[in-house]
Amino acid sequence: MTVDTAPPPTAVPASAPAVRRRGLRPGRIGVHVFLMGVSIAFLAPLLLAVYASLRPYDETSKYGYFSLPRHLSFQYYKEAFSDSGMTKYFVNTLIIAVPGVIITLFLAAFVAFAVSRLKMRGGIVLLMLFTAGNLLPQQVIVTPLYVVFNRIPLPYWMSDSMTMFDSYWAVILVQVGFQLGFCVFVLANFMRTLPQEILEAAIVDGAGVWTQFWRITLPLCRPAIAALCTLEFTWMYNDFLWALVFMSDGDKLPITSALNNLRGEFFTDYNLLAAGSVIVALPTLVVFLLLQRHFIAGLTLGSSK
Amino acid sequence: MALNTARRSARRGRSRFTRRDLVVLGLLLGIPVLLDIAIVWGPTLASVVLSFTSWDGVGSIKWVGTQNYANLFTNYPPFWPAVRHNLLWLGFLGLVSVPFGLLLAVLIDRGVRFSRFYQSTLYMPVVLSLAVVGFIAQLVFSRDQGVLNAIIGNTKNPTDWLGDPKLNIWMILLAAAWRHTGYVMILYLAGLKAVDPSLKEAAAIDGASEAQTFFRVVFPTLRPVNVIVGVITVIESLRAFDIVYAVNHGRNGLEVLSVLVTDNIIGEASRIGFGSAIAVVLLVVSMGFVVTYLVQEIRGEKSR
Repeated sequence: MTVDTAPPPTAVPASAPAVRRRGLRPGRIGVHVFLMGVSIAFLAPLLLAVYASLRPYDETSKYGYFSLPRHLSFQYYKEAFSDSGMTKYFVNTLIIAVPGVIITLFLAAFVAFAVSRLKMRGGIVLLMLFTAGNLLPQQVIVTPLYVVFNRIPLPYWMSDSMTMFDSYWAVILVQVGFQLGFCVFVLANFMRTLPQEILEAAIVDGAGVWTQFWRITLPLCRPAIAALCTLEFTWMYNDFLWALVFMSDGDKLPITSALNNLRGEFFTDYNLLAAGSVIVALPTLVVFLLLQRHFIAGLTLGSSK
Repeated sequence: MALNTARRSARRGRSRFTRRDLVVLGLLLGIPVLLDIAIVWGPTLASVVLSFTSWDGVGSIKWVGTQNYANLFTNYPPFWPAVRHNLLWLGFLGLVSVPFGLLLAVLIDRGVRFSRFYQSTLYMPVVLSLAVVGFIAQLVFSRDQGVLNAIIGNTKNPTDWLGDPKLNIWMILLAAAWRHTGYVMILYLAGLKAVDPSLKEAAAIDGASEAQTFFRVVFPTLRPVNVIVGVITVIESLRAFDIVYAVNHGRNGLEVLSVLVTDNIIGEASRIGFGSAIAVVLLVVSMGFVVTYLVQEIRGEKSR
């Protein structure tokens, strides 16, 4: 299910001017003015960040933000990449988010399958356990995990801090554990809409649980999986808290937390900060613009049944 | 009787599983359930227990009863401001963002032209990290270099939008609402698409005005969406963290509960017992809403 509008009956092709004029009554114009105004207001902060990031600090401080540009360059982007090592932080983010998304979806899909397709006893309890877990405030689970992670030793090849704390494992594990709930909820709702007969036919043919799950149910869930993939990637990419708490080594931080490095202690170059913000925001914006349909489907799959 | 047949079919179901099936089930159900307990529910319980102790994370754990809570409520200056800010957050998102998102959804759902452009633009902020939103807020609201002061032209005597403890929470709320409104709008748009058009037609035939149709006919059918939006708004307000942390680490007028928790555990003090007590306050408040929501879900499940 997507929110894309099919062309509504009133919006006729441009080749029918007479009817179109009827669509432009004063009320309609008011709606457009309002929506256009709100849209511009929503876009403004982003456009502003882009504009500021392309101009040197001296220029904006001298002539103000709304002066015409005398000098546009990608200097700040270069600086953000070279000085603060944005590339490294991007890689860190991917190290966390890619396995995070894959493991979460795989495990959540099986739980959802068991709950909604196998008609197991206690299925509802399981579903509630996961769903409610996802709704808890993160800060409730942070403290004990912080303590425990500090005490779990890991071999050097897994973590150069020799503990679970300050390793990618900690952040990936927490991401998976915390996001499981949402994915289970959405996928269970989706799987429930699939016809039960397909599964029954497979069982008659002697398919085991694994075949029922991997070969029969999962392929039918492709739209839901795609939607969740987009959504979960955005969320894990955007996460800020887990890395902040579970990592102390600045070199391992994901990109969102690394933005802080661009801020000076006494003087902050806001144009550089703008460039950093644009760099961090760009991947999720691109994912959104390319996979809009999936992104929105993911958000709305769980809510409207 | 119904229970009986259910049990019988469950038993029949069990015998359906071969040994290999049981291994698959045990492994692939066991791992996520263990993970959920280890990462989410175990720590939640541990937080509750730790909140009754005075522990610094290193020494021995000493039981102090409700002393942490007593200190928290009477003797910890940032606590009540943080509670107020969280409530303000809830009020602002609930009374500004939610109605505004609903209005935008209704307008777009009426099938105006360029609706795809409007939709995409309005929910674009949803994909941004709240931390990035915090940084962008600084570009706009900063005292010396911010755009807002440049627009209203008071560069001579600039307003410190993010530094003034009376003002800054409102600016942060605006930034938070910027992102939340789009989210609310998507959910309502999806809900509105699912409304049976014949309902609206019937209302129109009966001579209802557009406003009447909306409030008497359409809005009541949006109940499930309303519940979701409500839960998300509450959760967002309680979780509020990234924006204020990105702006000034949640100090000087931007205290929120989640920041106090984080400060107490990863700060130099490492007052784990005390930090847990703050977390438990968050837990208790959110559990109220979570349980209400789940009860509704279970009811829906049964009537399915």
